[in-house]
Amino acid sequence: MTLLQLTSLTAAGVCLLDSAGHHRISAFISHNRKDCTFFTRKEILRLHGRYHEMAPNIVPMDYTKDPDVKLPIQLIINMPELKENPFKERIVEAFSEDGDGNLSFNDFVDMFSVLSEMAPRELKAIYAFKIYDFNTDNFICKSDLEKTLNKLTREELTAEEITLVCEKVIEEADMDGDGKLAFADFENMISKAPDFLRGVSSLLLPLGQKHTVSS
Amino acid sequence: MTAMDRICNDEVFQVVLTCMVHNQQVSMGIDVDNEEDSAAESEEEDKESEKEKKVAPKTRKGNARGRVRKDSEEEEETRTAGQRRQRNRRAQRKQAGNEDSDSDDESCKNKKNRANQISKQQEPKEDRGEDNKGGRKGRGKNETKQGKKPDEKGKKEKDNKKKKDKNKNGSSSDSDSEEEPITEEELAKLKEEVEEKKKLIATLRNKPWQMKKKLDVLKEAQLFVEKFEGALGKGKGKKFYAYKVMMTKKWMKFQRDFENFKTACIPWEMKIKEIESHFGSSVASYFIFLRWMYGINMILFGLTFGLVMVPEALMGKPYGTLPRKTVPRAEEGSAMNFATLWDFSGLAQYSVLFYGYYNNQRTIGWLKFRLPLSYFLVGVGTIAYSFMVVIRTMARNANEEGGGDDTSFNFSWKMFTSWDYLIGNPETADNKFASITTSFKEAILEEQENRKEENIHLTRFLRVLANFLALCTLAGSGYLIYFVVRRSQKFALEGLDNYGWWERNEVNMVMSLLGMFCPTLFDVISSLENYHPRIALRWQLGRIFALFLGNLYTFIIALMDEINLKLEEEKIVKYNMTIWEASLYNGTISENATAPPIQVDPADVPRGPCWETMVGQEFVRLTISDTMTTYITILIGDFLRAVFVRFFNYCWCWDLEYGFPSYSEFDISGNVLGLIFNQGMIWMGSFYAPCLPAINVFRLHTSMYLQCWAVMCCNVPHERVFKASRSNNFYMAMLLFILFLSTLPAVYTIVSIPPSFDCGPFSGKTRMFEVISETLENDFPSWFGKVFSYASNPGLILPFILLMVLSIYYLNATSKSYKAANLDLKKKLQSQAEENKKRNKQKAQQSREIDENPLGTKPKQQGSKQDSTADQGTQKGRGEKESKKKPSHQPETNLSQQSQQHSPGPNAHYFSHGRGGSLGPPPHIAVTRPPVPRGYGMPSYLPRNPCFESYPGGHPRMPRGTPNYR
Repeated sequence: MTLLQLTSLTAAGVCLLDSAGHHRISAFISHNRKDCTFFTRKEILRLHGRYHEMAPNIVPMDYTKDPDVKLPIQLIINMPELKENPFKERIVEAFSEDGDGNLSFNDFVDMFSVLSEMAPRELKAIYAFKIYDFNTDNFICKSDLEKTLNKLTREELTAEEITLVCEKVIEEADMDGDGKLAFADFENMISKAPDFLRGVSSLLLPLGQKHTVSS
Repeated sequence: MTAMDRICNDEVFQVVLTCMVHNQQVSMGIDVDNEEDSAAESEEEDKESEKEKKVAPKTRKGNARGRVRKDSEEEEETRTAGQRRQRNRRAQRKQAGNEDSDSDDESCKNKKNRANQISKQQEPKEDRGEDNKGGRKGRGKNETKQGKKPDEKGKKEKDNKKKKDKNKNGSSSDSDSEEEPITEEELAKLKEEVEEKKKLIATLRNKPWQMKKKLDVLKEAQLFVEKFEGALGKGKGKKFYAYKVMMTKKWMKFQRDFENFKTACIPWEMKIKEIESHFGSSVASYFIFLRWMYGINMILFGLTFGLVMVPEALMGKPYGTLPRKTVPRAEEGSAMNFATLWDFSGLAQYSVLFYGYYNNQRTIGWLKFRLPLSYFLVGVGTIAYSFMVVIRTMARNANEEGGGDDTSFNFSWKMFTSWDYLIGNPETADNKFASITTSFKEAILEEQENRKEENIHLTRFLRVLANFLALCTLAGSGYLIYFVVRRSQKFALEGLDNYGWWERNEVNMVMSLLGMFCPTLFDVISSLENYHPRIALRWQLGRIFALFLGNLYTFIIALMDEINLKLEEEKIVKYNMTIWEASLYNGTISENATAPPIQVDPADVPRGPCWETMVGQEFVRLTISDTMTTYITILIGDFLRAVFVRFFNYCWCWDLEYGFPSYSEFDISGNVLGLIFNQGMIWMGSFYAPCLPAINVFRLHTSMYLQCWAVMCCNVPHERVFKASRSNNFYMAMLLFILFLSTLPAVYTIVSIPPSFDCGPFSGKTRMFEVISETLENDFPSWFGKVFSYASNPGLILPFILLMVLSIYYLNATSKSYKAANLDLKKKLQSQAEENKKRNKQKAQQSREIDENPLGTKPKQQGSKQDSTADQGTQKGRGEKESKKKPSHQPETNLSQQSQQHSPGPNAHYFSHGRGGSLGPPPHIAVTRPPVPRGYGMPSYLPRNPCFESYPGGHPRMPRGTPNYR
């Protein structure tokens, strides 16, 4: 189960509700979306089950009319798959159409599709860039880096250390010397990441148990 | 299966329908023209109907494949057809007939009819579902049939049919109704297009678009493919693709599970990782070392246990049959006391645990197990194996270290790839946060150390001074130890009774005092040196190691003294034994000459001191006491201290947690050295106490758990968390040294001290190693012994040693040269990378300059051929970058442009000086050459000139250029 991947290893103990049986969304949604995502029909139905379960009174079971329903960010980030993620708000925002983190079912499926392990690294890199680009100016600038770092370390580094790290990152990855990372810089940097980082604990898709500090 | 089919497989909803109808209509609009064309043509056709007839089958054959499904389904009628389909078909035919009849005003009517027809047709199709598959399979045959049909049927029908075909073809493709050559050409083109669309469908999921857009594109592409696929043969890839995806998913999951399983199989891996994430890799390196040591000891334990202890216990003579296997009469009363057992004397001493218990029988049991030989070989093998393992590990580690890793993006990778997006467990997340923080701290420390600018002379002076001080301390303590040991020997000779408590315990006291204060002193001294903490740790380890060598020295001296004493004692006992035996013999002889040999209880037989068992006991006691000390230190020094600090902090005058006592840090050097010296004891003692590896395994096992707990519960991370070196070869080197040192006394005792006469497997021999020659004599053919004696001739051995030394020298030299070459290459790579970076920056600068004044003077691109070729490589990247700087949002573009203009950068003057100044304005093309698309799934960025900003397209969510439809 691709989706389950988010939970399977880390013992979050969440099973996706298997509610495929009684969805009236079924064929229509799953058929078309199947080709747009990395999921099978069943998985999409299951995803819809999750989506529905978060707000049963807002989300209809019947999706034939393609209703315009959006779930607020607070609901989404409390999903067990995202709950512990320091970038959960950014993830949801990056996938929402309006940029405020309200997800329609389309966005929702999209998000899980990109997060699934079937998604290629190039695609992941694009979204990763969006996630780390906090102020959505299409560059990862110093303030973005600081925010990223603070979220990663739970603000345990001193200001001095943060500046040092940010400077180093810019120095390493910025190829054109404009003091911020464009997508090309980002992609270049990610693509050169060694295999154990790339394949296994890559930015959006690592192995659950590998929390090594060093190699 | 076509995409369309898949839609039809289930109930199709109105939305899809309307959408499709709409699409059909659109294409119909195009078809109308064609049909008009064909209408015009039909007049000519009438004239040349004869000719046409000949052509018709051909055309049909050519077009057969080009027919849409509707057409083929019609033909399927002859084979399989449900009622409904037939009905439908009839209606269709009727319509077709209608079309033929009023071909004058077909244009608008046709349109309507088609639309109706399609919408009607859809519904049965949906219901049919699976039927289609079977029908489709038969299509090939149908086509051939169709080809023959015209010959069988009448001419008029043929004409009708042809027209119908034409109409159908018209609706299916724009050009198929044209003449043949064009059809071929168009077919190829179409094929390409369809392939493209298919590819698009297949890779749609890789596009970073929103679902809505994806859905739209998908629908469009599906329809397109659906419409034309008939013309180009079927794409059977869909099902296969789905299957492939499913298998890939399963495979990935399996791999992940397997990976997890493997991790779960490594003992204590999770514990160590957890410690590593909170305390850094340096502390974890101790635990990894401990685990490694545990593995070695398990093997040593297996050897001694399986080849020595178990055979003796199972097959040797049982307890009480021999004097050496019986507790002597004098000790019988206390043999089972706990205090005695704890001291490893009494019953424990006369058991399989120690050397003395083993009998010198050449073979034991029905297996004819040669126990003395096995004992000797296991003793030697233990040491040999340890040497081998340590050296092999060192070599492997050295290899790893030599490889090095690419650290050009160290911080970036840490920043962007360290979070594990699979984490869903709060505890794991906490660990991950800690680990990321620790790793950042480690990296920051490295960076700070790199940047540190220091007064080289002062540092040098301080380091020399520190080393001088440390040497003085070591020399002083060495002399002190020597002095004290000599004194104690003197005391021992004069008899200890004349002296007080201090004199008796002088050596021990001095040793523990030194062990307590010297490490602290070294710590203070090392703060002078201002080393990187990792290097400082090494120095600290080395110095304490040297200090502990003194410990070892005293221990060995004391042991040798003891052995000599026992040997003296043994001589006396031996003399007494002969007297005792003679008296026994004489007594019995006088009474009864024919009586069987007298039965003396083995417990009553006088016996020698058995120095080997004594040595073994010493080592076991030492190991046990060492273990106890360590555990008690942990409990008091760490746990009680932590409890005190934690709970008395509420009612204390100052801050205990951050003030004086504070929590303890994990003492890496002390613990590592403790481990290493303990292992030395095991190596030295295991020959005389086969139980020693077992005890050590137990000790390591418990200490792993205890120390893990203590670290996580009572220690705080070091103030400066530093990254351990990737290999702990320094630990290994010390271990190797200790192994060597501990081998010396063991080998010395084996080779040059005669074994006790009445205990142990080698009793009765003058030297222990004689067991080998004995085996050679008795168990091997005589020629083997001869060969062996020749081989052990010094005349052969000396040249052999010489050869070995030479080959070692040669190998060493080659490995050194390889290393040098490696380093050289690495340096070259590094400098190249830096150069590349610099060049990139220059390029960016250049392009920015061009952006600023696109119409003014521009640097000449084709200044020289070399330049332009060099540019080729980087143009792609530059092009992307350029486009990246121009998001399609107008305000943002302006902003970024402004910012670019305001920051000319350090290399701004480069081109005006170097190339642009002397040469005329170059053509602009080279800069804005479109980049090569970078594989599927990635949007390719079309570079644009900011002056012509009105570039259309660009999605609101991915504003950096148009997506690549491939």
